[in-house]
Amino acid sequence: MTDVRAAARDASARIAACEAKGTHAFLAWSEAALLAQAEAMAASPAAGAGALSGEVVAVKDVIADATFPTTCGSRILEGWRSPFEATAVRRLREAGALVAGKTACDEFAMGSSTEWCAFGPARNPVDPSRVPGGSSGGSAAAVAAGAVTMALGSETGGSVRQPAAFCGVVGIKPTYGRVSRYGLVAFGSSLDQIGTFGRDVTSAARLLAAISGRDDRDGTTLDRIPLGEPGPVAASLAGTVIGVPREYFPEGLHAGVHAATRRALERLKDLGAEIRGVSLPHTKYAVPTYYIVAPAEASSNLARYDGVRYGLRDGGASDVRAMYRATRGRGFGAEVRRRILLGTYVLSAGYYDAYYRKAQRVRELIRADFARVFAAGVHALFTPTTPTPAFKFGENLADPIAMYLSDVYVCTANLAWVPALSLPIGRDQGLPIGGQLIGAMEGEGTIVRIAQALEHSLDATAEVR
Amino acid sequence: MSWETVVGLEVHVQLLTRTKMFCACSARFGDPPNTNVCPVCLGLPGALPVPNEQAVRLAVRAAYALGCAVHGRSIFARKNYFYPDLPKGYQISQFEEPLATGGALAFVSPERGEMTVRIKRLHLEEDAGKSFHDRVPGMTAVDFNRSGVPLVEIVTDPDLRSPAEARAYLTALKQVLRYVEVSDCNMEEGSLRVDANLSIRPAGASELRTRTEVKNMNSFSGVERALTAERARQIAATERGERIEQRTLLFDAASGEVRPMRSKEESHDYRYFPEPDIPPLVLSEAWLATERSALPELPAARRERFEHSFGLAGPESAVVTATAAIADYFEGFAAKAGAGSGKEAWNWVANDLLGLSGDGETIPLAVERAGEVVQLVKAGKLSRQAAKRVLPELVAASHDTALEVAERLGLLQVSDTGAIDTWVRETLAAHPAEVARYRAGEVKLMGFLVGQVMKRSQGKADPRAVNAALSAALVTTSG
Repeated sequence: MTDVRAAARDASARIAACEAKGTHAFLAWSEAALLAQAEAMAASPAAGAGALSGEVVAVKDVIADATFPTTCGSRILEGWRSPFEATAVRRLREAGALVAGKTACDEFAMGSSTEWCAFGPARNPVDPSRVPGGSSGGSAAAVAAGAVTMALGSETGGSVRQPAAFCGVVGIKPTYGRVSRYGLVAFGSSLDQIGTFGRDVTSAARLLAAISGRDDRDGTTLDRIPLGEPGPVAASLAGTVIGVPREYFPEGLHAGVHAATRRALERLKDLGAEIRGVSLPHTKYAVPTYYIVAPAEASSNLARYDGVRYGLRDGGASDVRAMYRATRGRGFGAEVRRRILLGTYVLSAGYYDAYYRKAQRVRELIRADFARVFAAGVHALFTPTTPTPAFKFGENLADPIAMYLSDVYVCTANLAWVPALSLPIGRDQGLPIGGQLIGAMEGEGTIVRIAQALEHSLDATAEVR
Repeated sequence: MSWETVVGLEVHVQLLTRTKMFCACSARFGDPPNTNVCPVCLGLPGALPVPNEQAVRLAVRAAYALGCAVHGRSIFARKNYFYPDLPKGYQISQFEEPLATGGALAFVSPERGEMTVRIKRLHLEEDAGKSFHDRVPGMTAVDFNRSGVPLVEIVTDPDLRSPAEARAYLTALKQVLRYVEVSDCNMEEGSLRVDANLSIRPAGASELRTRTEVKNMNSFSGVERALTAERARQIAATERGERIEQRTLLFDAASGEVRPMRSKEESHDYRYFPEPDIPPLVLSEAWLATERSALPELPAARRERFEHSFGLAGPESAVVTATAAIADYFEGFAAKAGAGSGKEAWNWVANDLLGLSGDGETIPLAVERAGEVVQLVKAGKLSRQAAKRVLPELVAASHDTALEVAERLGLLQVSDTGAIDTWVRETLAAHPAEVARYRAGEVKLMGFLVGQVMKRSQGKADPRAVNAALSAALVTTSG
């Protein structure tokens, strides 16, 4: 039986060490809170029996929990304490895990670097001059720094897999509907999904298994039994067909990324998998489609932060409209304001058909691309997770489009609702490179099995060129 | 020039569910402010809506009652606007694919007689909270108890031609929705709200002209008054050569006037889009068929059946089918009270028993107890007039029989010939002139004499026995 108190003390020391290095993975955590949870856990009759007993899990600050504030990295929710906790957090606690604290993220999960966090960015533990990726960068950094072995993140367009790749850890984005969104503060509701981080495939998959399953509080969850624990590492991938979509390997792909993915494909072949070239022809429309659908939903989801009931209120205003303007103008950062404006525009009368409705049609085509490939006997797709390794602070801040394009390989899975994961497949000049496995709908088990075998067969810390 | 009025109505009706549309909070009216609230209906970060099955069932029932086609697949949509009592910054409603379309409601227009108004669509949505601008000086207070309460919106085609016709439609709509127990349609408590669209055109024209929307009416008569005022305003403006602008006006019940809203408040682009938090609402054919077959008899069918089964005229049938409770009562009364023919039963219910109803919707006296009164009358122990006095007493005295009540009130008729003979003798003695005129052939004085005997008996004499005794006495004494 795990000594939960010892686990809490141990985790506190590791988190303190991580933060002492200036990582700023956490927006909120405390040794006292951890020890209090451990005491309560130790006193419960089920102590030590859960699947995650003794684990300490960091939680992205867009996910509501009962211990710490849930600010979403935004001034407008500074100090907000949710009166309820997310289903995913409840489930991981019921499985015996402790909540380590809340991690830094881009404001309302909008960003790819944590530079849009109102309370300061997290740093990449591998190279502190570089971003950890985002928006779930704090969770990725916490795992990479060894502060925790598992963390919850959330994805709307790659916000788990991209930071996992940048920080050299594993990140899984499950099938849409696999994990309840209840308590996940909404960004793009038709894309949002809670995902998991782990130092290895198995730990990320174990955390996902614990939080998965139908929830009556979220009508979009799949009516399936929860995912099982990952099995042992497969010695062979014979009989497994892995598709390589040509659209994800363009001319001029970053040399380190290219070398790492090529090496990983060799390993997969060595393991007995069949590598098959495939095409997902609508991939080029994914980023523009994503940047219509996600901001449109965000513009509506973020309307509730109006200063009336909770959060920031700019009280100096003379009437309610002026109060809205002052509160939202001051409470939201530049990127959030940009996306609200974008989303409001594409939903406006006269523009809806040209943008939102058209984007929904293109989304169907992107979904059909995946469905066709998987129906043709491919078990999983293998691609780079990101076009480049982690970039430096400030590098993309002035150029939103460049920032958005760092999501080019990850946002397709969110649009298509299919599961995908990123695992470290090597390093280039010391920076981690991530490889992505994309599965068919509800195919988490398959991509986890392939990822475990690949992880086992390559040295992810080795330079790839 | 003579003008024709064109009216279409949008009616919001609160569904009779125990809980709210998307959460488990109570939907009860009148509780202390902000006591029936939770993360979902307060729009807290991370909360999600899950549709209430009973609300869907009631909406489907309303749709079938209004003859609509109910769609096996409909979708929820977000209607986006900022208002302090709208906690999420959007209302969950239905837009492009509503629950039901293409219905009709038959009713009697005060001007055109029996007619049908087309129902364009019926959709589900949630209510907003309620703002109070007068509770705290200089501030607005908001009560979110109503936030998330389920509503259906019922939209007509522009088929109505006058304010009075609009009111008649509303009365018929309320009757149907109450019959099928979808809503209590209480306008004062806000469980039925009406937005009216009105335009005018030259009589005989067929095109639709620019319409205005009138809101803020709190009774059916208010709707009629508001539309009358708006019609007058539009006619006057048009005749002055002004153009009617499409806008929203608010009715002021105190002054009877309609006033335009500030344009800032009405210029909404609602940016509707499909609600991503709720999957399409899919209803199986089997489920819909069950709901459809479970629909109770509607007012029109019941009116017609009563006309045939009980030999009632149309307007008579309408009186005893005003509500399902009254119609049930009437049927029970006709079967059990022993009043005789359907028409006699109708006389009792329409003329005596409905008067006992405080709200015009239910009769507070069991059919069996009402039947006791009928039997007393049939047996000659109670006059038809005295029965009217017994009935309200019977409602109040729930443990007494009708006989006991009649006795206590001293209303039991005297059929005892000895007593009646005495009153007759006294009456004839007191009115010799009238008796003489009667005997001289002025037979219509019989009524006067009967009345005098009744008066002498303080209403207790059985009029038939009095008649007999009086006729006998007049013959005897003359002979």
